[in-house]
Amino acid sequence: MATNHIVDARAIHKHFGTLHVLKGVDLKVDERELVFIIGPSGSGKSTLLRCLNRLEDPSSGSIMVDGIDMLNPKTDINHARRRIGMVFQSFNLYPHMTALGNVTLALRNVAGKARAEAEVLGRAALERVGLADRADHTPGQLSGGQQQRVAIARSIALEPRVMLFDEPTSALDPELVGSVLEVMRGLRESGMTMIVVSHEMGFARNAADRVVFMDDGLIVEQGPPAAIFENPTHERTRAFIGQIQRH
Amino acid sequence: MSGWDKFVETFFNAKVMWKYLPDILSGMVVTIELALLIVVTGLAAGLALALLRSLAIRPLNWLIIFVVDLFRSLPPLVIIVLMYFGLPYAGPAPSGFVSTWLSLAFVLMAFSEEIFWAGITSIPKGQWEASRSTGLSFGQTLFNVVLPQAFRLTIPPLTNRTIAITKGTALGTVVAVTEILGQASSAMSNSYNPSPLMMGAAAYVVLFLPVVVAARWIETKFAWKR
Ligand SMILES: Nc1ncnc2c1ncn2[C@@H]1O[C@H](COP(=O)(O)OP(=O)(O)OP(=O)(O)O)[C@@H](O)[C@H]1O
Ligand SMILES: [Mg+2]
Repeated sequence: MATNHIVDARAIHKHFGTLHVLKGVDLKVDERELVFIIGPSGSGKSTLLRCLNRLEDPSSGSIMVDGIDMLNPKTDINHARRRIGMVFQSFNLYPHMTALGNVTLALRNVAGKARAEAEVLGRAALERVGLADRADHTPGQLSGGQQQRVAIARSIALEPRVMLFDEPTSALDPELVGSVLEVMRGLRESGMTMIVVSHEMGFARNAADRVVFMDDGLIVEQGPPAAIFENPTHERTRAFIGQIQRH
Repeated sequence: MSGWDKFVETFFNAKVMWKYLPDILSGMVVTIELALLIVVTGLAAGLALALLRSLAIRPLNWLIIFVVDLFRSLPPLVIIVLMYFGLPYAGPAPSGFVSTWLSLAFVLMAFSEEIFWAGITSIPKGQWEASRSTGLSFGQTLFNVVLPQAFRLTIPPLTNRTIAITKGTALGTVVAVTEILGQASSAMSNSYNPSPLMMGAAAYVVLFLPVVVAARWIETKFAWKR
């Protein structure tokens, strides 16, 4: 299946038992593109992201990421996942390790780096998120914003081709949101391909290339931020945008 | 002779104590050997079962749960007696020492499997997902991310259970194991004096008190905040 998109997901369906959560989603993402996914709670945004790196197995469809067929049983999924970073709403740092330990774990165990090299790469990744001086702190000693930046460092240390963000700032106190968005902006400027599920509309407006609106397991509408936010063509999009802008 | 002197003469009779000290000491050695064997094999088997269970192979898990529940519900004494007096009818005839060791190791295996399993399942799903999303395999995630966290949670219940079960080495008396209690009670009936029992009690304190204190220390050391 030839494709010039770094992410090419087609006709993705996902059932949880009798619940039909994704109802045929197509999502193509270009290299260096930042795609922003919005939509009401329960519309399937997280599930879609989680299908892309196979944290969930789609019920049907096809997913190519960086030329790798993610749904082929012969694909080495652990190898493929190295190229797909994921950042979670709840950070999910390993509480028993330092920030540096969090960042180097996969470098050592997956990328096969020796300890010394992993630590050099790990410190560089922490530097990129502005936390070089926190390398020896455990997650419990860091603020939420710092924890999320360590989580980003943990992903980028592996030099992924795509980064998935699932509501990266939703668990943060408002005053800590900015520092995480700042790091994400920096990533984007460095050319990282990013798929972001978030309610940070300000960030979407000035950083996203494309906004995708999902509702009830389907992509209803997509386009440049200005078009989606100022002139949504679908009634459901208009209602959703109106709702979040009132907040 | 005053009441106090009589009490000392009866319960802490120097002559009797001196005579049976070697027996009690050799009982201590046997108890230590038994306890170490039980702890090492019981905990290792319990952890192995918990790891097998985490593979989520249905029929295997049913079997594990059945075995674990069985050994948790049977009184240890019954298991020892069955193994020592019953097993010979089926072929193998384990000594009293081996019967006691294996029985208590099975019991510790059963209880520790449940404790390890509870520890593993209490680790949030997000920890697995974060690790797997960076490309670590199931096993790498289990050993690097999940187990180190699970162990901290299991230390308090595990030390309590381990101490309780290793004290069960005293049950070995019924199958003629010459551990502390066995030595003390035969010395008591030979000397018509309860002093050996006092020595036996002292021997248990000497053996187990440091373990209990160490367990308390480990618990506070590992009670860490997220
Ligand atoms: N593991 C699961 N088992 C069963 N149902 C699930 C599971 N994960 C998600 N769902 C259901 O699938 C639907 C879509 O969930 P999803 O988390 O993808 O929505 P979302 O768009 O990310 O919502 P939110 O904005 O609240 O995060 C919901 O109804 C949810 O309850
Ligand atoms: Mg979600």
